[in-house]
Amino acid sequence: MIEITNLSLSRDGVKILHDVSLRLPQGRLAAIIGPNGAGKSTLLHCMAGLLVPDHGQVYVNGQDIHALREQSRALILSLLTQSQGAVPRLSVRDLVAFGRWPHHRGRPGPADHAVIAEAMTRFDLDALAQRSVDSLSGGQRQRAFVAMAYAQSTPWMFLDEPLAALDPKYVRDIMDRLHNMTGPDSGQRSIALVLHDLSVAARYADFCIAMKDGRIVAAGPWREIVTSELLSDLYDTPLRLAELDGAPVVVGL
Amino acid sequence: MAERRLIALALALLGLCALFLLWNLRVPMGFILGLRAEKLAALVMVGAATGAATVIFQTIATNRLLTPGIVGFDALFIFTQTMLVLTLGGAGYAALADTAKFVVESALLMGAAMALFGILFRKGADDIIRMILTGVILGVLLRGLAGFAQRLLDPSEFAVVQQASIASFNAVNPDLLGIAAVVLACGLGVALWLAPRLDVAALGRVQARVLGLNHDRLVFVALGSVAALVAVSTALVGPITFLGLLAASFAHALLRDHRHIVLIPAAALMGAAILVAGQALFERLLGLQSALAVIVEFAGGLLFLALVLRRRAR
Repeated sequence: MIEITNLSLSRDGVKILHDVSLRLPQGRLAAIIGPNGAGKSTLLHCMAGLLVPDHGQVYVNGQDIHALREQSRALILSLLTQSQGAVPRLSVRDLVAFGRWPHHRGRPGPADHAVIAEAMTRFDLDALAQRSVDSLSGGQRQRAFVAMAYAQSTPWMFLDEPLAALDPKYVRDIMDRLHNMTGPDSGQRSIALVLHDLSVAARYADFCIAMKDGRIVAAGPWREIVTSELLSDLYDTPLRLAELDGAPVVVGL
Repeated sequence: MAERRLIALALALLGLCALFLLWNLRVPMGFILGLRAEKLAALVMVGAATGAATVIFQTIATNRLLTPGIVGFDALFIFTQTMLVLTLGGAGYAALADTAKFVVESALLMGAAMALFGILFRKGADDIIRMILTGVILGVLLRGLAGFAQRLLDPSEFAVVQQASIASFNAVNPDLLGIAAVVLACGLGVALWLAPRLDVAALGRVQARVLGLNHDRLVFVALGSVAALVAVSTALVGPITFLGLLAASFAHALLRDHRHIVLIPAAALMGAAILVAGQALFERLLGLQSALAVIVEFAGGLLFLALVLRRRAR
């Protein structure tokens, strides 16, 4: 469980998060949605302990995330940021192996190699193992970075716009894999991700955190709280939550 | 694979050292060998220190074009030299014992380098453009201040500063080599100790923190080691701006490996090999018609331009 209480954060004198409070249960795929500038990425970085708030606390599994040392934090949560820098000529296998760093601190053992191999297979990267990350397509590259976060074996995974610039095939591929990770065979990881594609969020997310102007407008199970009215108010434009061939979609009117 | 290439590079350096010592060796052999061995030690130490420091600096900056020299360290050296001569006077500066001068210069440079790097990396080097601009502008400011101070010097004092501003291996005091060797060995030791953490830091500050690395502490320790390596090697022979870029670029190109445990030694060996080979050719073939530093700066400057243009073309 993640528990956020009265979180406020300012940057360069501008308040970005206003008194945010939230309870996020475990084992869910939670979508953080909202218009540009709503504070979604800032909230995610705060939850990951990378940004220190002006006020308020973030408790992850009962531990104050900002009171933990980096190494302890890296065993609890992983974060995939919007822009990932890759070392020139770094192979896909070596990139995924970095996910084990918090566990071995430079001295990988057999257990680490086993997790890396499992992550490579799970994300269908075996054929690309020796390819340089620079040479991958956008979708393959994103899959490699998600595999690295997966290899970190943390109970919580945060992803900041993991679908940006991906075509529908890769969007589906990544989301299917992420959704499977919240299942029991992946140790029921808990995932929170910032999404702009509302149809994708409607299809995969089982928890919603709706943000606007640095505040949480609504938070709760997707099916219970997300309505056409909520989405229209959130984005200040008419939107409708509908169904197409049994799958939820969000369309602009 | 990378390890094999590293061994080949070490063997090549050994060959170059043998060539440097034995090529055109005439009587009195013992005396000439002694002189050459002292110069060889300076070449190897300066090359190794500069190469290793540059790889570490580039990793922290997550940019393979930057070197301590390019972001203002060399300007800092010239400024420090000028201020020392200005405050002590030409006679006072010349009267300083070589060892005392070397220790004072090294300590001043180390402290000033930490201050310079501290300014450049203040926000974690996330903004490369800001860092380059700050380094370049600080360099211009320091050169301007040094130029202004040099106008206050008399011609003989000015000549002292000019001489110190161009790297030379022909007048290295052998008494300083021992002190330099100890500091450089410590700097290289710290660099190798940091190697696994530097691998993670190469992914960028945010990703490194996500992976549990105390990035700010790593940057502080790594920059301390860089400051020690460049300060002592510069105080020993003078500044060679582009040597580090040459050594680090060739090491990356040769090894094609991201691990610093092999990259740092490779850049150190490469830096030493460039200087030893350059000095051997320059002394034995070109008959001391130019200064080694000038040739290194010329080749390094061309490489820098080529790297910048290649990046723009991509």
